[in-house]
Amino acid sequence: MTATPTVRAAARRSGRPPLKPTARQPRRRSAVLTVVTGVMLVYAILPLAWLFISATKTQEDLLGTFGLWFGGEFALFDNIADTFTYQDGIFGRWVLNTVIYVVVGAGGATLLAALAGYGLAKFDFRGRRAVFAVVLGGIAVPPTALAVPTFLLFAKMGLTDTPWAVIIPSLVSPFGLYLMWTYSTEAVPNEILESARCDGAGEFRIFFKLALPLLAPGLVTVLLFNLVAAWNNFFMPLIMLKNADLYPLTLGLYSWNRQANTVGGDVVFDLVITGSLLTIIPLTVAFLMLQRYWQSGLAAGSVKQ
Amino acid sequence: MSITRRRALLGAALSITLMATGCSGSDDGDDGAATPTTVTEADIAAALEAGGNLTVWAWDTTITKVAADFQTKYPKVKINLTNAGTGNDQYTALQNAITAGTGIPDVAQIEYYALPQFALAKSVADLNTYGAASLDGTFTPGTWNAVHAGDKIYGFPIDSGPMALFYNKEVFDKHGIAVPTTWEEYAAAADKLHKADPKAYITSDSGDAGFTTSLIWQAGGKPYTVSGTEVGVDFADPGSTKFATQWQKLIDAKLLSPVVGWTDEWYKGLGDGTIATLVTGAWMPSNLEKGAAAANGKWRVAPMPQWEAGGKATAENGGSSLAIPEKSANKTLAYAFLKYAAVDEGAQTRIDDGAFPATTKHLAAPEFKNKEFPYFGGQKVNEVLAESAGQVVTGWSYLPFQVYANSIYGDTVGKAYLGQGTLTDGLKSWQDASVKYGQEQGFTVK
Repeated sequence: MTATPTVRAAARRSGRPPLKPTARQPRRRSAVLTVVTGVMLVYAILPLAWLFISATKTQEDLLGTFGLWFGGEFALFDNIADTFTYQDGIFGRWVLNTVIYVVVGAGGATLLAALAGYGLAKFDFRGRRAVFAVVLGGIAVPPTALAVPTFLLFAKMGLTDTPWAVIIPSLVSPFGLYLMWTYSTEAVPNEILESARCDGAGEFRIFFKLALPLLAPGLVTVLLFNLVAAWNNFFMPLIMLKNADLYPLTLGLYSWNRQANTVGGDVVFDLVITGSLLTIIPLTVAFLMLQRYWQSGLAAGSVKQ
Repeated sequence: MSITRRRALLGAALSITLMATGCSGSDDGDDGAATPTTVTEADIAAALEAGGNLTVWAWDTTITKVAADFQTKYPKVKINLTNAGTGNDQYTALQNAITAGTGIPDVAQIEYYALPQFALAKSVADLNTYGAASLDGTFTPGTWNAVHAGDKIYGFPIDSGPMALFYNKEVFDKHGIAVPTTWEEYAAAADKLHKADPKAYITSDSGDAGFTTSLIWQAGGKPYTVSGTEVGVDFADPGSTKFATQWQKLIDAKLLSPVVGWTDEWYKGLGDGTIATLVTGAWMPSNLEKGAAAANGKWRVAPMPQWEAGGKATAENGGSSLAIPEKSANKTLAYAFLKYAAVDEGAQTRIDDGAFPATTKHLAAPEFKNKEFPYFGGQKVNEVLAESAGQVVTGWSYLPFQVYANSIYGDTVGKAYLGQGTLTDGLKSWQDASVKYGQEQGFTVK
């Protein structure tokens, strides 16, 4: 859905002649498209609206009033305060953990993907095709299938129930690598590299000073992908972590939600919902801010330059 | 079949059952350090004196205070209490840890239905080593039986779930419905209620393995027979048939709410009266108080509906034990904690926090029986529940791979709730799938 307009925008930016002369004229409205887009909008907005409205309710209103309208009492600020103070303020700790996992995990994964992708794209060496096959294979294997072997591996190394158990697996992003590889092939002209080498620049200098700026849009795309993956990472922490002090937000909220399934457990749906709302805010902000890069990055693979 | 091979087989079986994906376990049957054959009370006292660290995996919130009190009483002991997930989540984690050989807790909460699985694989320690047999008579017969496998004792009961009928009196009064004493009357009440108020249902049941087996248990069915590695599964016995026939009527007449248990929708229904009864374990009161606060004062507890008019048979639903993983590094100290939490001071602490005891002494205590529950309109709820505890039908056993069996319940019996075939068909395919799985795991299954 999102790719279509993006490609067009990118195509226009790159100065290619439009495929059809009509594209330059003011767009004609298509009733069908408007309706489809409208439905998509509602589809995307409704859960968010529900989440926001629900976060303003007390637990009793949450269960007792209509889901898509406000309850009797506007309790958003009380809920936020409760979320941060419940269980000795462990929510704040989860926020901090998540930030660390995301910064180190997603940041590291992006850097590694850029280095490896660039290397594979710009250096010719034996076994390149084998690496290509392995990377493609890596994309094909769902992370869930690798979870238990990874757990056993980490257990042998004594790393389970430590932050490393979450960070190290998230440093590897075959899809990001693949994307950077394709992007490097297209965005970094070999001529620049050759002239830089003639001028005596070292390979790392070439990468950081010349290639990286050219790779920026692709880098942001990969960063966003990794950011989302690391922020939403759930299964790996679930099997790796037992200590609640190390939980990321996803797992923490899950554990709060599971209290309702527990004999004698404290039912805190209101805090789960408020916590969820707080959890998606940083991601939403990141998306809105990096949207421009995201779009051009997405288009990168689809347009021949 | 040699012990080692059986263990390896079961170890592999458990890995596959409990993990998200199959993988070859590294469980080579090595039990680690040898344990002395008997540990005396003096040894236990010495362990408490020496102190040490204990990792306890439990999701039950009443354990928190018990652990704190224990550390106050024995200052040299440090307890690291971890919630590794509720029920199945925790079993997966526990099995993963056992397979990996690291990160194994010293004490783990395990529900009765899941305990045989860990016991048969020798993943949990036989407490006879520590003199557990001397506690004979301390616990209710049902729960004491549930932690036994042969003459070995694999855990201490920490709560129990003798069943009763929880009902919303306000809803019943509003529609002039009498409290049902038999399952026939229950079905009639379901019909009357739903006709009077199409939004209201007698109960919600979208298929729950624990509920099904409990009702069969109450009806006198013994679908599972277990003797060592010889296992029988037979859902054609009279008890199972009674359940399947009776419950099918409710499904056919669409008298059961499809709301899934323990969800927010379910709590909503319990609060607003659209789910009017629950036939469930005695641990339910605190969940109603916390999750369905809107119905404060409206709920009451009555004896479980009977299969025969005038009968007095009940069953257990849920309930869990504390067990000591075989590979725990400090089993003697772990045993001391187990005894404290299940038998000694900890038992009372947990009751005060809303747990339903498994100890006969506490069940008979006047202050327990006479406690009035404001949520239940001042009713002395424990009287009904304690009576139920004494009427649990004896001789029930779960499969040594019940965790797996329950995980496929939805694909077999669950279909009947969606109108695909009948409960009888569903139970038959559940049986077939369980038998097949049991054989694959090296059991002799009839």
